[in-house]
Amino acid sequence: MDKSSENNRHVYWNPYFGGFLLGLLIIFTFYMTGRGLGASGAMKSSVVTLVDKVSHEHTINNAYYSKFVKDDESPMNTWLVFESLGVLAGAFISGSLSGRMGFRVQHSPKITSRRRLVFALFGGILFGLGAQIARGCTSGAALSGMAVLSTGGFITMLAIFGTAYLFAYFFRKNWI
Amino acid sequence: MGPLIPNGILTNEWNIIIAVLIGLAFGFILEASGFSSSRKLAGVFYGYDFAVLKVFFTAAVVSVIGLYYMDYLGWVDISMLYVHPTYLWAAIIGGAIMGVGFVAGGFCPGTSLCAVAIGKLDAWVYVFGIMVGVFIFSEAYGVFEGLYNGSFLGNITLVDSFDIPANYIIFGVTLIALVAFFVSDIVRKRIKKVFY
Repeated sequence: MDKSSENNRHVYWNPYFGGFLLGLLIIFTFYMTGRGLGASGAMKSSVVTLVDKVSHEHTINNAYYSKFVKDDESPMNTWLVFESLGVLAGAFISGSLSGRMGFRVQHSPKITSRRRLVFALFGGILFGLGAQIARGCTSGAALSGMAVLSTGGFITMLAIFGTAYLFAYFFRKNWI
Repeated sequence: MGPLIPNGILTNEWNIIIAVLIGLAFGFILEASGFSSSRKLAGVFYGYDFAVLKVFFTAAVVSVIGLYYMDYLGWVDISMLYVHPTYLWAAIIGGAIMGVGFVAGGFCPGTSLCAVAIGKLDAWVYVFGIMVGVFIFSEAYGVFEGLYNGSFLGNITLVDSFDIPANYIIFGVTLIALVAFFVSDIVRKRIKKVFY
């Protein structure tokens, strides 16, 4: 990697600029579709599709999967799946322009990549579970909820950040 | 008048094209703001980087002011917008579980997708973990069903909950955000820098 892109790697947008554009995007999304953004919904659709491929009988008999399985179309045919494909492409473009591409495990020098991956898996499982219970993640429940003053959106946001601060002490070795 | 697709001003076929374009912008903004880095995201919990707080609250304040202003101007009918429903205990317990997952894994679902796109292998593992979490919830749905469907308060907003007009609530939220930005800068100056 040449010197200039090495220096650029950690130069990000001003957070207020990024936040302002994100706010405009949320307004545009509500203006066009009447709903907000999301992210965990696409992963739920992927799980439903995978389980449906293995055993259709199982999905239609399960009270949760069966909400998302229809006879005439794939469970992948949802707005959030297409939006998430866009997210992957958009992040790929931004990362490419700034020289941030590359296969690697990012972790604090104080821990091993193995430890980082174990905690990533464990954190992912908890986030996936929590996002189903609360019907949405930081994007769909908290951010899009707050844009229309949803009480549930504010409660979810406070619960996510409040608990993360409470538990931050126990995970400090992974980050600082 | 908006929202355009629910009002039939744009046909439903546009929905998919718009979904991809909105996603494209969403991914670009998150990645360019540094949200593809778990160490930057986790900074908000240890005080060495407040990008999450600043981006998140700026976006929330801009969007809520913008949407209510557009409603006032008659460009969008705010009563037609989807309000995330309030299931009180599901929101609290689900949010708490997500909070632990956030500080343990360093991502949330949207930011992990951005990190997946630029090749972070820890994010690939994290997304796999999310899918395992969804699988566990679905297979054990009977255990969670009471929590998931219980304490339903409707698609309520803070206007309903506090019985205060929306403009006062939005003003209050904006003030809280401004104070949080101010305090976060003071805290960051006092905390030992972490290079990542």
